[in-house]
Amino acid sequence: MTRTILIDPVTRIEGHAKISIHLDASGAVISAHFHVGEFRGFEAFCVGRPFSEMASITARICGICPVSHLLAAAKTGDQLLVVTIPPAAERLRRLMNLAQIIQSHALSFFHLSSPDFLLGWDSDPAQRNVFGLIAADPELARGGIRLRQFGQAVIERLGGRKIHPAWAVPGGVRSPLQPADRDWIRSRLSEAVATTRGALDLFKRLLDGPLVTEAAVFGDFPSLFMGLVGPDGRWEHYGGRLRLIDSTGALVTAELPTDGLSAVQLGGLLAEAVDPSTYLKFPYYKPLGPEAGSYRVGPLARLNVCERIGHEQADRELLELRQRGGRVVTSSFLYHLARLIEILAALEAIEALLDDPALCDTHVRAHAGVNAREAVGVSEAPRGTLFHHYRVDSDGLIEAVNLIIATGQNNRAMNRTITQIARQYIQAGPAVAGVPEIAEGLLNRVEAGIRCFDPCLSCSTHAAGQMPLHVQLIGPEGELLRERWRE
Amino acid sequence: MSVRTLRIDGRDVASADDATVLEAARDAGVVIPTLCHLEGLSPVAACRLCLVEIEGSAKLQPACITPVSEGMVVHTATPRLQEIRRTVIELLFTEGNHVCAVCVANGHCELQDRAVEVGMDHARLPYRFPDRPVDLSHPRFGLDHNRCILCSRCVRVCDEVEGAHVWDVAWRGEHCRIIAGLDQPWGAVDACTDCGKCVMVCPTGALFHKGDSEGEKHEDPSRLAALLRARHARQEAP
Repeated sequence: MTRTILIDPVTRIEGHAKISIHLDASGAVISAHFHVGEFRGFEAFCVGRPFSEMASITARICGICPVSHLLAAAKTGDQLLVVTIPPAAERLRRLMNLAQIIQSHALSFFHLSSPDFLLGWDSDPAQRNVFGLIAADPELARGGIRLRQFGQAVIERLGGRKIHPAWAVPGGVRSPLQPADRDWIRSRLSEAVATTRGALDLFKRLLDGPLVTEAAVFGDFPSLFMGLVGPDGRWEHYGGRLRLIDSTGALVTAELPTDGLSAVQLGGLLAEAVDPSTYLKFPYYKPLGPEAGSYRVGPLARLNVCERIGHEQADRELLELRQRGGRVVTSSFLYHLARLIEILAALEAIEALLDDPALCDTHVRAHAGVNAREAVGVSEAPRGTLFHHYRVDSDGLIEAVNLIIATGQNNRAMNRTITQIARQYIQAGPAVAGVPEIAEGLLNRVEAGIRCFDPCLSCSTHAAGQMPLHVQLIGPEGELLRERWRE
Repeated sequence: MSVRTLRIDGRDVASADDATVLEAARDAGVVIPTLCHLEGLSPVAACRLCLVEIEGSAKLQPACITPVSEGMVVHTATPRLQEIRRTVIELLFTEGNHVCAVCVANGHCELQDRAVEVGMDHARLPYRFPDRPVDLSHPRFGLDHNRCILCSRCVRVCDEVEGAHVWDVAWRGEHCRIIAGLDQPWGAVDACTDCGKCVMVCPTGALFHKGDSEGEKHEDPSRLAALLRARHARQEAP
């Protein structure tokens, strides 16, 4: 007799999703699945729109990472115009993407995930959130909130507003950076670095102590990893080359330059599987098929695929990460550590950019008509590699859109992670009348497996507001064996 | 020219005998909202936003085409008129596809401004979501029928000012739309001089510069009146 446990909705993630855990007759976990049950439809309703509007339309996919879609859309537009954007425009786009990585990673670590580490997996769920964190460790909470605010403020100073700035456009950006804003950004860097350093030290101490088990069972498995790399294999977030490695660190296929990446190349590299139980697709490396070709993207993948970061402090942390997890780190729990290292890398990269005299050049936009009918734009979103692929008619009206989003690319890895966690903790849990007892702390650990990947489901679903957690244990005939609510 | 005296919203107003109620009100500092009306173009009373109550008349009258008369008593902002104006704006929003957040005219749109003025915080009518095309065939400009409110300013400016008469209003009812050159793609119409006046006077983001992204259309339709005054002055010069 098999049974199913449902966790619906998953909390403290960006978007609305549920988890189902399938048990056999003995109460052992067969598998766990992450389901995204809402539909957005951007790929359908963008058809017929001018490609010049795609940046501002697709930015509306998400309020957390609008910059990612803004940049991927603008880069796809560059390829349709067939222009090389002005040097200052590329630097400014990079600056905004770094700010985006900082604010999004800060949100994931401080606001969404750290309550588990700092307040305890089994602590009162009513307190296990950012407000509980403020009460327990006001200095850390304040630092995290201000770090996110810093990233948001850089985006605002560049694009005019924190959320959905319609600033990156095909051909470049709409406005240059003012020297006064550059100086303001520089004035806030040291505080942001100090906050990040403090969080890194704290989290590493926890990894060496109370979080040792989590690091071992939260999604530790071999897989492929994909991300962008720059010159000499350096950490990259905007352009460069697309690299796919396996868990030994070997290249799976030849690197592909992102500039001018063709639809044919993309089609040869990736395919997308679908499952009727979720609107989130399962992209995979096509030559190896859906299972063996599944790969991880995001902060851990970027740190795995690069040779080095190229900034002093972040490189020291990368070395430590590899001492902890190997040259290719396979534990999904260490996504959290990778996220903190990337915040540090982004802050150092911003400092280097601010010293570049070309940053405040006022020539920031190239103009051209439609010179190509199909194009692919690639950049790194905080959660991983993001692809926009458009086909347009001769006037520039969109005929077809495909968006391959970071969260989808981690879909299979998320399922493997929650399966591993459920197997560890559900078997260990006490049984009442032959049915495993559902401890709230267990459910929280399963959800936390998803939070390692910081999924942003807005790309495929709407946020559904704050909802209670409802878990049901259902028998093979559909009978309700046990249920539990979390208000 | 003789003078007519009338009362607008309790205020005594003197105006030229060939003035409209709208002109008399504006001269007196009374604001009556408009959308299709634009100084420099012939009035068409299409949008019905400037409807006013005139004592002794059972029907509401559009201020833009109603001439003043001696002793006329006009009310421009009664609760009934305010309700009608909000409904007119709601009808325009729900009839087309007006998505301000991603529109080229966001922040510089007369329809958006009027919606704020009439207090339209939501639409009480169901949205129709019509399936309408975008015409990007012109080398410099685009026409998005989703954002067109059929004010016919483009039709009038092209005919009356530029003299090219590229635009017309075709079909009827819900199928009514702006057409170029007897329903050709805009880029195929030889009569178009590429002057861009239609884009300048368009109150929404329906007509725009190609390549514009959200909020980038910063046209000032009132420039038309200044342009015409300058042209007139030049023609009058000895």
